[in-house]
Amino acid sequence: MDDMMFLTFLATLVGAAWRLATPLIFASIGEVFSERAGVLNIGLEGTMLVGAFCGFAAAFATGSVPLGLLAGIAGGMLFGLVFAVFTITIKADQIVVGAALNLLGMGLTAFLFRTYYVSTGKGIEIAQPVLIPFLSDIPFLGEAFFRQNLIVYSTVLVAVLASLVLFRTSFGLTLRAVGEHPKAVDVAGRNVAAYRYGAVMVGTGLAGLGGAFLTLGHSNQFVEGITSGRGFIVLAVVVFARWSPIGAFFVSLLFGLFYALQLMLQAQASIIVPYQVLQALPYIMTIITLVVLRGKGAAPSKLGQPYEMR
Amino acid sequence: MSQKPFLRIDNIRKRFGPIIASDGVSLEIEEGEIHSLLGENGAGKSVLMSMICGMVRPDEGEIVFKGQSVRFNSPREAIRQRIGMVHQHFMLVPNLTVAENYILGQGSALRVINDMDKVHARIRELSDRYALDVRPDAIIEDLSVGEQQRVEILKVLFHGIDLLILDEPTAVLTPQETDRLLSLMGDLVKDGKTVVFISHKLDEVMRVSNRISVMRDGRVVHTVNVGETNARELARMMVGRDVRMELPRSPEPPGRIVLSVENMTCRAETGLPAVRRVSLDVRAGEIVGIAGVSGNGQTELSLALAGLLPVDSGRVMLNGKDITGLDPARINASSFSHIPEDRHKHGIVVSMSLSENTVLQRYDQKPFASRGMLNRRVIGEHTRDLIKRFRVKSRDENQAIGALSGGNQQKLVVARELARNPDFILVNQLARGIDIGAMEFVMEEMLKQRDSGRAILLISTELEELFAICDRILVMFHGEILGDLPPDRTRLDELGLLMAGQTEQPALAG
Repeated sequence: MDDMMFLTFLATLVGAAWRLATPLIFASIGEVFSERAGVLNIGLEGTMLVGAFCGFAAAFATGSVPLGLLAGIAGGMLFGLVFAVFTITIKADQIVVGAALNLLGMGLTAFLFRTYYVSTGKGIEIAQPVLIPFLSDIPFLGEAFFRQNLIVYSTVLVAVLASLVLFRTSFGLTLRAVGEHPKAVDVAGRNVAAYRYGAVMVGTGLAGLGGAFLTLGHSNQFVEGITSGRGFIVLAVVVFARWSPIGAFFVSLLFGLFYALQLMLQAQASIIVPYQVLQALPYIMTIITLVVLRGKGAAPSKLGQPYEMR
Repeated sequence: MSQKPFLRIDNIRKRFGPIIASDGVSLEIEEGEIHSLLGENGAGKSVLMSMICGMVRPDEGEIVFKGQSVRFNSPREAIRQRIGMVHQHFMLVPNLTVAENYILGQGSALRVINDMDKVHARIRELSDRYALDVRPDAIIEDLSVGEQQRVEILKVLFHGIDLLILDEPTAVLTPQETDRLLSLMGDLVKDGKTVVFISHKLDEVMRVSNRISVMRDGRVVHTVNVGETNARELARMMVGRDVRMELPRSPEPPGRIVLSVENMTCRAETGLPAVRRVSLDVRAGEIVGIAGVSGNGQTELSLALAGLLPVDSGRVMLNGKDITGLDPARINASSFSHIPEDRHKHGIVVSMSLSENTVLQRYDQKPFASRGMLNRRVIGEHTRDLIKRFRVKSRDENQAIGALSGGNQQKLVVARELARNPDFILVNQLARGIDIGAMEFVMEEMLKQRDSGRAILLISTELEELFAICDRILVMFHGEILGDLPPDRTRLDELGLLMAGQTEQPALAG
């Protein structure tokens, strides 16, 4: 591989990494909100699937990508509402409910897809890359950063906005307090349950959006289990990112890089490694991440615990 | 009363299930005074004040503040009326800064926080005025307990209050920090605030108060001006109660030393020193009592003896063998029985059956097990026997122990520990949760154990219990053993004073 080819490879790799990271970015920033408020939602895989399916179905019916994205968010939030009712109001175990919702999400989307869409075999129009004038013409950098679709660009906006909301508004401050010392929030006169509902809604809405990106901005089809474990990788991303939205953005990019690398290495004829090994790369990295970062604090101290008002 | 009091509490009642926390409390606080609420743990001080600051709603009665009848649904409403409380357990979010904690829950939820500079300035100003040394940008979890408490006090001042309630503020402080806090209370009063100081420490109360109210059993039993009383009188009001039971003393003189503690020191879970160079001996055939207001190191002493808390220095000898620092299982196996203070944490497994709880320490030994299998028949018989002998009210031995009342749980624990035929029995709060009848029975059992030559160390905050069965009573204060008295009712005053840390008799006589 000469230098020129290597640079092209690199540019394509980075560009692909960002695209592949996009669903992770949305979902992990969402999960940061949820976990900061003390709610550990492991049902993200199911939630993202629901988002992916709703996005696909809406776009299929209307032909509109924005409407598809909205449907993805709405589907995610509706799914999240179920989670919130069980874990916050009924105070059921968050892990158990999350696991149940994963199974429900997988089964439900597969069932609906097979029932209504599989025979049509048609794809949908997806979001097209928007070339940023001038910048997209810069060699290599243009390919990597300025030839993406609007959904990919919006991840930056979401990360910055999320960070501002979490660290610069009264809502964000209270949300962070809810995950650490809910009683103090209660005493200060704020409704702990309402904040947790809000956090879960933000979290599952973004997870739904992340799922919808898979069908509307990446592939043009819904496939059973299209998320292929991304909902679980997100949980690792959040830990790695130290529960920070900006951190979640960059850690997602890193994981996106592993996805991209695995795809591109498969295409390289010169590399003779079974493709399954390469496919396992993001998941292996997830495990390594969790092992390396094991036990390092910073997790909200009331993560996973229901709050009992007096 | 011609002059209207600043705060009037009128006949307040509050029950939590079967427990009566406030039994018709009436109290008046005057503007600009430091009013101390004195009483033993469980006397109802904290609950009363929680009702004034909106944490708990009273069942009955009236609270009149500045001439108006008030009824708060939340602490926020109380703060709006300028009443603030610093709780024993701090209401500070550990990962936020001081300033962030202060503005938590204030203003609209959707507000963008852009006035942090002003908040910081205000905190610095207040901190300087009262010399509190609070930095607005410090993160709470980096602060010591003493610093956190100053942050809490400043928080209440930041919100603007006229009445400040401090709930056992000195419990977590070093003596130097305590001095600082007491002088701060004086400064606040000079600034026109009114302070209610909840404490069970006589010396502190005598130092700062204008007036003192003594609480006992959910009632205010007496209110006095500080100049018209003395520590002796307060001690009597705080602990004084009739000794109802007289049980026969042992005619036999005690025998050999069974348990010997030499210069033992250990720290509480908070890292603060809790037991300071304690030495004591318990002989075969005697019951040694340890009296004291709770929180003076008794908990840590008993946990350390049982191997549940590390011993920093000193030795514990049982039957001449050094058991210091052994793990609880090994200590249990060395003829040591433990009836713990916190039954649920150290005594039983709530979700398991009576049978299973009965053999918790011996399930793997004969005759309860053979070849790695539990012998359910033997365990069942053994448990049924204990249930019958100790009159544990239960359906059968297979019922979960958690379904029993506290008193019956305690009876099973006592039965189990005595059935192990120990040489030494450590008891912390023998009669906790037990009704009078059962208490008498359990006490008689302890006396029987003594008469058959066992050595018993009985830690209790109930003087009644100690007077009834002990052969001598030690007093624990601030982690030290202060006195060694015979259980003589005429010396109740002396005992009360020792419990409050007063050792210099002549100065307080009168």
